[in-house]
Amino acid sequence: MTEEMLRSLPDSRGHFGAYGGRFVSETLMDSLMHLEKQYFQLRDDPEFQAQFDKELADYVGRPSPLYFAERLTRETGGAQIWLKREDLNHTGAHKVNNTIGQALLASFLGKKRVIAETGAGQHGVATATVCARLGLECHVFMGAEDVQRQSLNVYRMKLLGAEVHPVESGTRTLKDAMNDAMRDWVTNVDDTFYIIGTVAGPHPYPLLVRDFQAVIGRETRAQCLDKTGRLPDALVACVGGGSNAIGMFYPFLTDESVEMYGVEAGGLGLDSGQHAAPLSAGRPGVLHGNRTYLMEDENGQISGTHSVSAGLDYPGVGPEHSWLKDIGRAKYVAVTDDEALAGFRRLTRVEGIMPALESAHAVAYATKLAATMDKDKIVVINVSGRGDKDIHTIAKLDGIEV
Amino acid sequence: MSRIETVLKRLKGQGRKALIPYITAGDPHPDVTVDLMHTLVDAGADIIELGVPFSDPMADGPVIALACERSLKHGTSLRQVLKMVEAFRASDSETPVVLMGYLNPVEAMGYTAFADAAKAAGVDGVLTVDLPPEEAEDVAPLFSERGLDAIFLLAPTTTEERIRAISGHSSGYVYYVSFKGVTGAARIDVDDVAEKVSRIHSLTALPVGVGFGIRDAETAAAVGRVSDGVIVGSVLVDTIAKNQEDIEALKTALANLLRPMREALDELAS
Repeated sequence: MTEEMLRSLPDSRGHFGAYGGRFVSETLMDSLMHLEKQYFQLRDDPEFQAQFDKELADYVGRPSPLYFAERLTRETGGAQIWLKREDLNHTGAHKVNNTIGQALLASFLGKKRVIAETGAGQHGVATATVCARLGLECHVFMGAEDVQRQSLNVYRMKLLGAEVHPVESGTRTLKDAMNDAMRDWVTNVDDTFYIIGTVAGPHPYPLLVRDFQAVIGRETRAQCLDKTGRLPDALVACVGGGSNAIGMFYPFLTDESVEMYGVEAGGLGLDSGQHAAPLSAGRPGVLHGNRTYLMEDENGQISGTHSVSAGLDYPGVGPEHSWLKDIGRAKYVAVTDDEALAGFRRLTRVEGIMPALESAHAVAYATKLAATMDKDKIVVINVSGRGDKDIHTIAKLDGIEV
Repeated sequence: MSRIETVLKRLKGQGRKALIPYITAGDPHPDVTVDLMHTLVDAGADIIELGVPFSDPMADGPVIALACERSLKHGTSLRQVLKMVEAFRASDSETPVVLMGYLNPVEAMGYTAFADAAKAAGVDGVLTVDLPPEEAEDVAPLFSERGLDAIFLLAPTTTEERIRAISGHSSGYVYYVSFKGVTGAARIDVDDVAEKVSRIHSLTALPVGVGFGIRDAETAAAVGRVSDGVIVGSVLVDTIAKNQEDIEALKTALANLLRPMREALDELAS
């Protein structure tokens, strides 16, 4: 794979090899083509980029630190473990990088109404936040099941002025929230901007979300060089839709010495069928506007998923990850709910950093990986979000009422 | 000439409009779908659009989404839907059947396997809601080689340039979505539809069927006046939902809905 090839995708039709594309009903095509055109102009527009950078610095609080987890490293007994602290961003997760970017796009396009879907609520909160910041009307679609699991984030969104729409159809989780967001979009396509929360969906979303999140990897690269004098040996990030992972990976794609690990939600185990790991145990198909790895039955019906983390509970994944898997540039693995919970407790106790349950998947795998590596090697974990939102889930497992 | 083309040409010669009802296969139960298809034909259907249920029908409103859920509860698969068409063909060799659904069940079966099986079962056309012509390069030739019509959607947001391009990829008829929204909403604006359809007519020789928002004889006639056919879905599916316990009552109710539309459309011819 040539350097140029690795960085040049998606192609003009939004394809990453066999993946990606634009599989939507005709009503949305014009809007998507317009968005693509507009984004390509703004991507090279110094004024837009300056405004984006300013928001990232002054509103989000970037750059986020690259932190050497000394005690975790000592306890693990292998490679040095470093943490990219996306949990320190405003609103507590990497999601805000993307929502700021897309909300600016919406403003440039003159759209006053914003819709979004959310699973754990991180993307919903980030969207509601930037809408408050820019004075945009905000509607968030959320599976009814997730509304219950993430009541704190639902309340946060409401405080921020967003209207939260619980989705009762299907499995009442993230995929159904995305279906309902698309239904709203088709209905209100003239005045509404859809802020998709991950690197999935129809072209150009996987491209523009990746571009907005790539700040994570750019900073990591520069910070690692600055602090250690060299590049990391391995990057580890959790993958639901995969936006924090692609944001971390993309600037390193052509650094051949850097290995990349995307960690999926293994739920109760890949053999149990109760998981959310399409790259580890799914196959290619078409859902939500793109071709990608999916969890589905033999008839092409999308399967229900399970993860202790609402944010990873999605049966698909961004198309660029599907491509990176097939060409072998990144490796995709899964850890179980129990392993992720152990990762959560470990990082909390050893470093005083409470990761989101999503990020805890990356922590769990990274410690396993680091233990097999020499002490002079460097592993960077993307701590994509903070764990406050998951306190209720953890407390419930501990039998405690909060 | 395809069965769809034959029917539409005959109707045009008679100055009549096509009545194209939609039901979801397997709703309320896979055993009754063939029976319901015959009921629709008896009540005046010219072409049947048979929905292939999908777990995530994101372009459909709640009425059809619920029909998909009812059907999938019985495990209805694309292969079974094709068996239903085959069974329908055993006693009706004339009425064209268009499969309407989403791409993933077709991908899961495999494009070539699907195209072969659809042809063998007696399917006449395929409309895949989430497959624009740009992404249909692999599958479209498989359909045309077998004489299956590829039917694509046109929307209020479709530019003239795209209307030309999409029509160029279509055969049988093009399906004009009457408003921005999902199936089952009641937002149709007949004047707006008339204007758009006449523009489409000026850009393609293909017949234009209009769907979304047609609920009764009155709207059917109003839309039939400006188009070549009307597609009726949610109101029928809603009737199925309300009568799922009693199949005889259901058939009567479906026929009672469709027949006045047939009559209203035929009055336009006289």
